[in-house]
This record gives sequence, C-alpha cells and structure tokens, in this order.
Amino acid sequence: MAKIFLRQMAKNQSGVITAVKVGGELGQRIRDMGLVPGTEISIQGRAPLYDPVALRVMGGTLSLRNNEADFVEVEVEDE
Amino acid sequence: MSNELSIALAGNPNAGKTTLFNALTGSRQHVGNYPGVTVDTKEGHYSKNGLSCRLVDLPGIYSLSPYSEEEVVARDYLVNQRPGVIINIVDAANLERNLYLSCQFMEMGVPMVIALNMIDVAKKRGIEIDPDRLSELIGLPVCPIVARSGQGITELMVTAIAHAREHSKWQPAKISYGEDLDAAMIDLTEIIASHHFLTSDYPARWTALKYLEKDDRHLSIGDSVDVELSSQLVAKVEQVSRHLEQTVGSEPDAMIADHRYGFIKSILKQNVVHRTMDHDRLYASDRIDQVLTNRFAGPLIMLLVLLGLYNFTFTYSALPVAWCGAFFSWLAGLADIFVPDGYFKSMLIAGVIDGIGGVLGFVPLIMFMFFGIALLEDTGYLARVAFMMDRVFRVFGLHGSSVMAYIISGGIAGGCAVPGVMATRTLRSPKERMATLLTVPFMNCGAKLPVIALLVGAFFSENQAQYMFLFTLLAWVMALLAAKLLRVTVLRGASTPFVLELPPYRFPTFQGLLIHTWEKTWQYIKKAGTVILGISIVLWAMMTFPGLPDSDRQVFEDERQEISAQVSPALLAELEGPDEPSPEALAVMGDLLAVGGAEAEAALRYSVAGKIGTAMEKVSWLPGFDWRTNIALVGGFAAKEVIISTLGTSYSLGEVDPEASDSLGATLANDPSWDVVKALAVIIFVMFYAPCFVTVACIIKEAGSWKWGVFSITFNTLFAFLLSSLVYQVGSRLF
Repeated sequence: MAKIFLRQMAKNQSGVITAVKVGGELGQRIRDMGLVPGTEISIQGRAPLYDPVALRVMGGTLSLRNNEADFVEVEVEDE
Repeated sequence: MSNELSIALAGNPNAGKTTLFNALTGSRQHVGNYPGVTVDTKEGHYSKNGLSCRLVDLPGIYSLSPYSEEEVVARDYLVNQRPGVIINIVDAANLERNLYLSCQFMEMGVPMVIALNMIDVAKKRGIEIDPDRLSELIGLPVCPIVARSGQGITELMVTAIAHAREHSKWQPAKISYGEDLDAAMIDLTEIIASHHFLTSDYPARWTALKYLEKDDRHLSIGDSVDVELSSQLVAKVEQVSRHLEQTVGSEPDAMIADHRYGFIKSILKQNVVHRTMDHDRLYASDRIDQVLTNRFAGPLIMLLVLLGLYNFTFTYSALPVAWCGAFFSWLAGLADIFVPDGYFKSMLIAGVIDGIGGVLGFVPLIMFMFFGIALLEDTGYLARVAFMMDRVFRVFGLHGSSVMAYIISGGIAGGCAVPGVMATRTLRSPKERMATLLTVPFMNCGAKLPVIALLVGAFFSENQAQYMFLFTLLAWVMALLAAKLLRVTVLRGASTPFVLELPPYRFPTFQGLLIHTWEKTWQYIKKAGTVILGISIVLWAMMTFPGLPDSDRQVFEDERQEISAQVSPALLAELEGPDEPSPEALAVMGDLLAVGGAEAEAALRYSVAGKIGTAMEKVSWLPGFDWRTNIALVGGFAAKEVIISTLGTSYSLGEVDPEASDSLGATLANDPSWDVVKALAVIIFVMFYAPCFVTVACIIKEAGSWKWGVFSITFNTLFAFLLSSLVYQVGSRLF
C-alpha cells in the first residue's frame, strides 16, 4: 500500500482517500461532494488537455482540477 | 391565504428537484423575487384530494455552507420564512452523497420528509433501498418516488402535510462529531441557550455547530446581535481548534464533515441498501462518456454540438424574428398614415415603436436559445462541455462553462449578446460568471456585422472574407484578454473551486424544457421592456431636440422653392401622379431630396446628440473620428445597426437601410476624411465600445446591480477608445 496524491493516479486506478489537506471553501467543497477519508474512488478519465480529472465516487462522477486534486491523498495498491 | 401551509423543496442539483416541482405544480408556478439576488426561487401551488399547500423550489445545493449564493438563499429562506416542512429530494442511485445535505437539515432541525427519487434508475443499477428501514434509522418519513412519471408523489404529499401538522417545532438531531467536538458542542450549546443567543431564529445547537465550523455568515449575524458573547464563543472555538490541530492535525469543520459521512455510512450499512450487481461496472452513461469526452472525438463532437446549437438558435429563429420586424414596420406604417406630422408622431415611431420592437424582436431568438441550452443542460452535456473546456478558459480566469455564453454572443460571428449574457446563469462560480458576462458583449453580434461589413466592403474589398474572419478572431482574443484583465483587477481573487458533478446522461422531460424556456423568456420581456422604452425615448429626444431654428429652416425651404420655381408645373405634377415619372422629373426629385438630406444633416448636427458629437471631437481626434462618426456611435447605443442609418443621415443621404448600404459605402470610400486606417479604427471601436442598452439592461439584471451596467458602459468604451486610438495613431504614422 502506498500513499499518493489524486493527481498522480492513473486512469482506472482506484484507491481509498486518507486525507484532504486543505481548509476553507475548497476544502469544504471537496468534502461536500463526498471526498472524505475512508471513501473509495477510482479515476474515470481526464479531459482532453489532461486537466480536470474525472473520478467515480459513491456511484456518481465528479471532476476536479489537477491543482485541487493535489490536496487529496489516496492510499493505493502497490503496482 | 397567508396561513396556508408552505412546503420547501430542497436537494442536490441533478436529484430531480425541478422535475418533482413541475410534476406537483404543473403550470401554476412563478419565479420569486428576492432583491439583490440572482438566484431564482420558484413558487407554486399544489392541490389534490382536498389537500393544498404552497410549494417553494429552493436552489439546488450540496451543502449548507456559506460559500455560494444558492446555499445562502436556501438557508435564509428556511430561517426567515419558516416553511411547515421540507421535502428533501434525494437521488436513490446516489444516496450516500445526497444524504450529506439531509444530514445538515437534520442538524438544523427543520421538520423534514425524504423523497427517495429515481428508485427505478437505482433498481436498474442493481441498487435496492429499503425505505422503511432507512426511515426507522434516521427517524424521518421516507417516501420512494419516481418524479418523472409521478409515481408515489401523491403519497409523498399526504405524508409531508401530515408530518408538518404533527411537528411544528424544530428539533436538531444530535450527531456525534467525536469526543472532543461533542464536549465542545455541549459546552457551547449551554452558553448559547442560557443567553438566548439567536434562539428566536436558530436552535442553540445549530448556532454552536456553525460557530465550530467557523461559518462566516453565521458569525457575522452573531456579531450584529451580541459582539461580546460572539467573541467569547469564537475564543472557545479557537481553543478547541488548537487542541485538535495538535492532537489529530485537523480542523473542526473537516472533522464535522468526516463524521457526517461516518453517520451516513453507519446507517446505510444497517441493511438499508442491497446491491444485486457489481457496483464498479460501467453504466450506459459511462459508456457514452467514453466517446463524448474522448481525447480526440470529444472536442470534435463538442464543436459540432455547439455549431448545431448556434445554427438551431439563429436559423430557426430567423423567420419569427422577421415576423416581429414586419409587424413593427407595419405598426410604424400605420402610425405614419394616421398620426398627424409633428414631434409626437416622430416620437411614436422612432422612440416607442422602434424601442419596443427592439425588445420584442429578440424574443423568438431568446426562446430558441434557451430551449437549446435547457436541452444541453438537462441531458447533462453542458457539464461535459465545462469539463473539456475548463483547462483553456481557466488561463483567462474563467470557467469551462463560459464557452457557451461566448459562442451565443457572437463567438461564431452573428450571435447576440442579450441571450449570451442571460446564458451565464449556468455558471455557478460568481467571479468567473461576472467576468464572462462583462466580456461577452465584445463578440461580433448580428447587429455589429452589417457595420463591419459596410466598412470592410468599402475599404478592404479585396479580401472581405479573410477580414471578417480576422475580426471574429480579434473579438475572441480581446474578450479573453479583457476577462483576464478584469480577473486581476476589479474581479480579482482565487478561482472558485471547480469541483463539478458530471451527472448521468438523461432524457429531459418536454414539460421541463418548455417551462424553463418560457420562464426565461418572460423574465427578459419584463425586465428589459421597462428600461428600454425609457432609454429609447431619451435617445430619440437627443437626436431630435432642439429643432433647427426657423431662420435656418427657411433657408432650406427657400432652396426647395427655388428648385420648384425653375421647372414647369407639369413636371412637378408628374411627381405627385401615379405614373412612373420621366427622367427629367426624377432629376428634380433628386435635387429636392438632396436639400431634404442636407436639412436632416443640419438638424442632426444642431440637436443635443449633434452637439455632443461635435463636443466629443475634442477627444475623438485621437482615434480619428469626426462629429458625424461620433453621432453615429452615440446612436449605436440604441442598437448597433443604428450606426449605419445615423451615419447616412449625417452624410445627407437620408435614412439608410442597414441591409442595403452600398450608397453609404461608396460615399465613405470617396470621402477624403476616410481612409483604411480610420475605417479600421472605427471597426475596432464599434466592436468593443459600450454594449447596446438592451444588453446593458440584461447585464444589470444578471449582475444584480445597476453599478455593473455603468461599469460595463464605461469600461468597454474606454477599452475601445484606447485600442482604436492606438490603431489610428500608429496606423496613420505608418501609412
């Protein structure tokens, strides 16, 4: 098991969120959408210019900009 | 019926809230007005089987944080209007995340019923939810429904109304946020309750929670009531914060959010949800996305879709727009025949009829455009457009969704800024939205095109198509740069978090599309109509008064007499007669018209607008404009195509039809004061100066303050002035 940031995850890779390291409005928004520690996510794809990233969480699809994804720490299986 | 039960509909965007609202109220609904707010709150009426109530559709939200206008409107509504009960609509296929908002309503303590929507979709995805078990665990009624087909909605209303009758008091749910925070909650709640701090509006526990979350809005409400107590509470929260920071390295608001989800997860684990399929499998919607947001096919398809929307809007609305135009010309014709000559007639035709015609002429266009946007929005495609375009638009401080507004405004030459400004509604980020709506008027709308075409035709006739394309490109570049400029100056600040939901693709309901379209159109007619009539009359007056003094008018009258005296009465009679006049008679008519044209020119120059135009020469020499151009540009504030007719009058050509301006083009091309550089400077000024006042009226409405209207006029005019001055000054030195 390794901890990486959401931005570094590859397409179709999945993992469990371990921390959201930002407060304020951005932190609130990220949490509002269900990205909290313990939530399982998987990367669905990226926009044509590789940013934003689309991910599946709790049965829905969300998108985050890469610089926002930088605050989300995820635990993934080792390659 | 003020004591009639009122029910608020609340829920996440895309949970089917609007569909449920439409199903419950049908056409008996209207948009509520809240001063200074650009978020719509719709109201409607429900009555069936002897039950009746008022229904309010709150904006779709994910949370009750203080960060967005939607959330603040929803919160304030619940507190100030005290609805009898809320129906919280949740998407059954996306239950866990949807319950996060429900959880916050429970913390607030409002009487609530859960409407478990789209159970049919959930079932297809292999998700079965036990509503009774869920109800038992959260202690609230839960009604399974399918809003789209109406299944279960009668039972929902019966349950909601009964629940409202039984529960009139707000009872905040006690959710655990962990040992430290629970202790702090008890402590804070006690202080708040014993001082009756804000308790007439908010349950003490809710205030305690908001203080722990450091909710700015609630804190400022608290400060306004009792600063001392408020700062005492803040100090206590600081203490807890520091403790948490040291022990677990987290903030109270983050911990509260985590525990809310923990609470939801613990409930859902207790036999509420049964999955019959692997939950990671790809649904139809995901498969569509693999094509529509594909790296290569995605942008291509998007381009086609946007082109399609554009063609749909502007092609199919052309006929009804022409009908509107014909109707108002017919009306003007009637007035011309039946109203005696004089200022009243002139005001009626040039002020009132043209003014109202200007507003209503846009109506078909707006209807088509909003139908198209509603279609893209309700199917879920609009979110994908934002997703794909965001990287590009973010560079300029904008949002992926901004692209729609630009395209509609004339990003593909020939749009219209009025629906463009209105289309910025789909943007939920306030700063990005303001920057978009202030810069969309830079695009080359359908009314600027004939002006640009006239000048390009007269001065750049060899490469017309290339020049037109160049000006479209220039509009994009300048609009995006201006947006960037605004975002680092008056609208500066970090970008609003993007965090965007990509909802599953759905077929929109036809009823929903029609209601949406009509609503927007009616808002436009109401808001724009009143402002525009007034300004239209003012502009007419400026270009009419003061009339030429009698002595000057006599000079022109004498000239006409002189011409008439020189020719035989038979020739003059021929002009009045029904037959085709002879070439000699036509020559006389031409002479008379020339005098009339000269008189109109003199009158225009003598009017207030003419005096302004002349006075403006003091600065307008910089971009190389004389008084004639200045007046035309002033007139262009009414509508850009008026520039052509006014320019015609000021060059003594009489009224010039924008669709057939060859004679004006030839006049300008032969006029020694015009050259390629001046033409370029004028084109650039026309592209970027103050938007027409219909657009300004819409900007004021959408931005929520008349100050933004004034800003838009000033900023754009200054921007255009600097740019065209630069072009003229540099250009005339080079050539």
